[in-house]
Amino acid sequence: MQNVKIVVTGPFNAGKTEFIRSVSEIDVVSTERKITAEAEKIKSSTTVAMDFGRITVDDELVLYLFGTPGQKRFDFMWEILSEGMLGFIVMVDSAHPETFREARSILETFHAYAPTPYVVAANKQDCDDAWEAEDLRLALRLDPQVKLLPCVASQKETVKTILLELLYSILETIETPTD
Amino acid sequence: MALRGNLRDFSFTQILNLINLAQKTGLLTVEGPGEMAHVYFRDGKLALALIGREENDLSAILARSRKITANQAKVIRERTRSMTDKEVGLLLINAGYLSQKDVLDSLQLYSIEVIRRLFTWVEGIFQFDQSSAVPSGKIPVRVDLENLIVEGSRQLREWEQLQEEIPSLDMALKFTDRPGTNLRHLNLNLEEWRVVRYVNPKNSMRQIAQVTHMNDLEIRRIAYALLQAGIVDIVRPDGKPPVMPPPRPLPPVNKEEHKSLVQRLINRIRSL
Repeated sequence: MQNVKIVVTGPFNAGKTEFIRSVSEIDVVSTERKITAEAEKIKSSTTVAMDFGRITVDDELVLYLFGTPGQKRFDFMWEILSEGMLGFIVMVDSAHPETFREARSILETFHAYAPTPYVVAANKQDCDDAWEAEDLRLALRLDPQVKLLPCVASQKETVKTILLELLYSILETIETPTD
Repeated sequence: MALRGNLRDFSFTQILNLINLAQKTGLLTVEGPGEMAHVYFRDGKLALALIGREENDLSAILARSRKITANQAKVIRERTRSMTDKEVGLLLINAGYLSQKDVLDSLQLYSIEVIRRLFTWVEGIFQFDQSSAVPSGKIPVRVDLENLIVEGSRQLREWEQLQEEIPSLDMALKFTDRPGTNLRHLNLNLEEWRVVRYVNPKNSMRQIAQVTHMNDLEIRRIAYALLQAGIVDIVRPDGKPPVMPPPRPLPPVNKEEHKSLVQRLINRIRSL
C-alpha cells in the first residue's frame, strides 16, 4: 500500500478543515480545540495539530489530505507536515483581506520547505465581501502562472476542481524535462 | 463582488496599484478617522478625488490653485448656485476668464493633492463600487496612477523593508560576538540607547518595545540600524540562532511511475 499526501494550508479560519471535509471519505480526523485567544474568537474551535482526510484511490494507493493548523503559534507543525508532500494548496479567505499578508507568508514558507507544485484557492467566494480571484492575485502578488482558483470549501465540486488543478500541475512538473 | 477592507491590512498604495493593474472603473470610498474620501476611477486612471467636508466645487478648486481669487470664487458660487461644475466651467471658458487647460489643470492638481493626503491614512475602511461613475455634473480628469503609486510606495517601502528584514518581533537581540565592538565608541541616539539597554537573548523585541513604549515601526527601525551596524544579531529568545530549514527536494522517483500515480489520483478525484 502506498500513501501519498497533499497539504492544505492557509491562515486561521481560511476554510482548510471544511475543504478536506468536503471530499474525505472518512470523517475528518480533526484535532480541533476551543479557541482560547480572545482576538481569534471568530469561530468556536480551531485546528491545533493537523486535520486529515482520506481518499482511497485503489487497493494500492491512498491519498491523504493534511490540513495544517492556521494559528501562527503552531507553525512548528508546518515543516513536519510538508515532508514528502506531492504538492500543497494555500487556502485564502477572500472575504478577509487582513489575512492576505499572512497567506502570502505561509505560501513562501511552504515553498521553501519543499519546492513542490501548489495552487491557491480563493475561498469563501460565496460571501458578499469576497474579493474576486483576480483582485486577490494582485493583492497576494502572485505570478500570472500561479493557479488561483475560486473556491467554496463546502462545495464538493469546487474542491474537486482545485485538487485536480493541483494534480495537473504536478503532472506538468513531472513531464517537464530537468537539467 | 465587493472589494472592501481595512487600510491597515491593505494600504492605499496597494489599492491604487490594484485599480491600475486591473484597469478598474468605479468609486473608491475611504472612511478614515473622522473624514471620508471619494475617489473615482475610469479605466484604471484617476478621474476625480474629493475629500470630506472640504469645499470642492469648481470655484473653490480654482481658488485653491490661484486661478481665481477667493472673492471671485465667492461671487461665482453665489451667481451659479444651481449650476453644476461642468456648466460653471463652460461659462468661465466661454466668457474668456479661463482656458480649458486652466480648469483641467486645477482639477487635476486638486485630485492629486487628495490622493497624496490619502497616502498618509493608515487607518480606515475602504470599499470599491464598480457601478458608480463620476457624477454627471462633475468634470472628470484623467491622471495615470503610476507616478502616484511610486510616490506612495516610497512611503510604504520603509515599513515593508523593515518587516522583511525583521519579520517577527518575537525574536530577541543579542550583542555580536565579534571582538573589538566597543559600544562606547558608537554614536547612538537616545532612542537607540534605550533599546540597547535591554538587548539580551531573553528579551524579545516585542518586550523591548513594550518597555520602551515604542511602536512596531520604531523598534524595527532601531533593531535594523543596530543590525546594520553589526552591533547585534537576531536570535531566538532562548539565545539560539534561528534555524531556517533547507529546501528539501522531492526524493528521486521513477518518472513513469510517478506519472502513473498522479494519473490514478486524477481519475479518482474526477470520479468523486
